Amino acid sequence: MRVLQVVQSAYRATLEEQDDTVLWFTRAIRGAGAAADVLLAGTAVSYAVRGQSAAGLRIGTWRQLHPPAIETEITKLLESGARVVALTEDLAERGIAKEAMLPGIESLGRKSLGGLFAQYDRVWTW
Amino acid sequence: MSKSLTFLLMDAPYEQSRTTTAFRLISAALERGISVRVFAYEGAVSLPVTQQKPHANALHGRSLEEEAHPTPQAWVSALLEAAKEKGITLDWVNCGLCVDERGATEVVAGVRRGSPADFWKMATETANTVVIPTR
Repeated sequence: MRVLQVVQSAYRATLEEQDDTVLWFTRAIRGAGAAADVLLAGTAVSYAVRGQSAAGLRIGTWRQLHPPAIETEITKLLESGARVVALTEDLAERGIAKEAMLPGIESLGRKSLGGLFAQYDRVWTW
Repeated sequence: MSKSLTFLLMDAPYEQSRTTTAFRLISAALERGISVRVFAYEGAVSLPVTQQKPHANALHGRSLEEEAHPTPQAWVSALLEAAKEKGITLDWVNCGLCVDERGATEVVAGVRRGSPADFWKMATETANTVVIPTR
């Protein structure tokens, strides 16, 4: 069964979780055998940008050792064979150029969503 | 009016980036010697709950010790510790009714139970109030 995971909310509790929980979940179910791909939409298209760092978080006397590494999460998804697509219009709205994006992420226009969804048995929106 | 701020927090732990932002703002205030009062409302009463446990993460390839998983209860303790080191006040009040609704009774030392009346008192006694609501 092919599944498309639509991620629409970026940076939701990523500091506490040390990752994006939907990307993490996608990697976990892929590890369990799911053929799951990812569509980044809305604010989540920001995950496509290279070179992000959330290092250096300090709260009171507490120091974070491992910040979330979204770039690594996406790269590992791609390396595992997942398709990662970002919505063209949402990238453009945020001024995210192709050159700023991680290699391997496709961009797809809103008009092509129907065709994309048709390739999957399930489309799960997060 | 003394250098002091009130924060009202509403998001439950592990839900929103607003929580991290709120903790950073409180931390920055304490670093600058500003006393802080926090009123935790609704889901935010679970922030200092001691049952939160760090975990290992197989996908990250790290053991429990290596992962050093953050917990909001540890963040609350770290803020209370920072205030103590600075010799200033961090008064953290959990809304009592919200605590009862959620069974969030076991909390880190230094957190007390209160009511909206406490929030009103905080707001009237401090220089300004920041409300960070759930969306």
